Amino acid sequence: MIEVNVSKRLHTAEGPMDLVFNGIIEQGEFITLFGPSGAGKTTLLRMVAGLTTPDAGTIVVNGQTWFDSTSRINLSPRRRSIGMVFQDYALFPNLTVAENIGLALPREKRGVIAGELLEVAGLQELAGRKPDKLSGGQRQRVALARALALKPAILLLDEPLSALDLQMRLKLQDELLRLHQRYQPTTLLVSHDLSEVFRLSRRVFVLDRGEVTRSGSPTEVFSQSNISNKFRFNGEVVHIKASGIVYIVHVLVGQDVVQVIASKREMANLKVGKRVLIASKAFNPLIMPLDE
Amino acid sequence: MNPDFTQTMILTFQVAGITTIILLVLGIPLSYWLAYTSNRAKAVVETLVSMPLVLPPTVLGFYLLVFFSPVNPVGGWLDSWFNLRLVFSFEGVIVGSVLFSLPFMIHPLQSGFGAIPANLREAAATLGISRVKTLFTILLPNMKPGILAGCVLSFAHTVGEFGVVLMVGGNIPGVTRMASIAIYDRVEALDYATAHQYAFVLFAITFAILLLVYMVNRRFARMELA
Repeated sequence: MIEVNVSKRLHTAEGPMDLVFNGIIEQGEFITLFGPSGAGKTTLLRMVAGLTTPDAGTIVVNGQTWFDSTSRINLSPRRRSIGMVFQDYALFPNLTVAENIGLALPREKRGVIAGELLEVAGLQELAGRKPDKLSGGQRQRVALARALALKPAILLLDEPLSALDLQMRLKLQDELLRLHQRYQPTTLLVSHDLSEVFRLSRRVFVLDRGEVTRSGSPTEVFSQSNISNKFRFNGEVVHIKASGIVYIVHVLVGQDVVQVIASKREMANLKVGKRVLIASKAFNPLIMPLDE
Repeated sequence: MNPDFTQTMILTFQVAGITTIILLVLGIPLSYWLAYTSNRAKAVVETLVSMPLVLPPTVLGFYLLVFFSPVNPVGGWLDSWFNLRLVFSFEGVIVGSVLFSLPFMIHPLQSGFGAIPANLREAAATLGISRVKTLFTILLPNMKPGILAGCVLSFAHTVGEFGVVLMVGGNIPGVTRMASIAIYDRVEALDYATAHQYAFVLFAITFAILLLVYMVNRRFARMELA
């Protein structure tokens, strides 16, 4: 169990902002921190990693105090059991894929653990390559495998998929889920991609200007009303076409485009690029925008 | 070939080689500290390191001469405890050269450390890799052009050093007479032929070394782009 109660004053372009976070994360949980850029998501992740020092508060991981401002405990990142994937991956450019993954491991375990991770992440063929000879998706996998090598108490992912195209993103989301199921690391993911939040996490904290404005399961948090649905999908409006008295709304759900009919009244809140929830209540499909 | 000439050239390259090695060993920790510290003393240390760039060499040479003279407490102490005399000696020339070439080693190394993305060090820290291991396996291998530039500039600068060596070391054949001093000495004796021999060799070697650095750095740059 990970208990994080921290605060820090940040100096942003729009003046000072107080970042406050109080949350408990259960063993093996997959949590996302969602919010616009500048909300303090990455800073929060860095505070858990020990790369940024909070002004006040405590961080307790599985009973071990990592940070406590009152008793002046502040474990260095080197002594915290963490695995971190940076936004730009931060692979060591002078080392091969296998060396990147194995560097932190004790010599006698290096071969076995690195070998297994290479296999699980589908990187065997690339073991001897340097990072500059890899594609974006391959680099991301190396970074993830490297972060998992030490079996950390908490896995910290800082927008790990944001630099990739949609198709690669979806593929790697599946891979992330698979790895999470296999190793069950407690995971904290920073994201501003709503589909990622829905696909990957069970619980989400929405951060805005340093404060948690909402938290709960993604569906609870992002749809205004709790309606009983037969089925529901989240998607993004990609195209709207007027057709007589109704509109045909093209919605990207996963990799498929679904066409939904909407009335003029429903159209008031919809525009291209808007994230929407498509739900079917018995026979009539509903389409409604999601809060962001 | 004139034995004096050979002796002087060998001495010159010995001094430059030893100075460069000492500077590299001292320079790595010092430039690491300068690149990453937020200590307030940094500005003072940076200024001291850069002083030889603007200070007349004779000023540094003069103070070293006074400081290390056996009649001075420090010089006397070194003399009586370690039997080490740093004036008019080979060791003294080395000490003077190290101090005088310090910025030529520190500056390239410091910018080398500074150019390495901060998140590589952070990634190493999150993986629990020690600072020393990070230095040797991640930082230094990723700043080879800086290390090369530091070594070559220090070497070339020491080869061409005149003022400090003359003040501290004097002009003792085979002990402190370096090529640049030999040129001065020969010109004073109106022996232009030998002076020209020294001058031309220094010119050619310096040109060759710098050309090599630029060519190697271009290869590094191309490798990074590829």
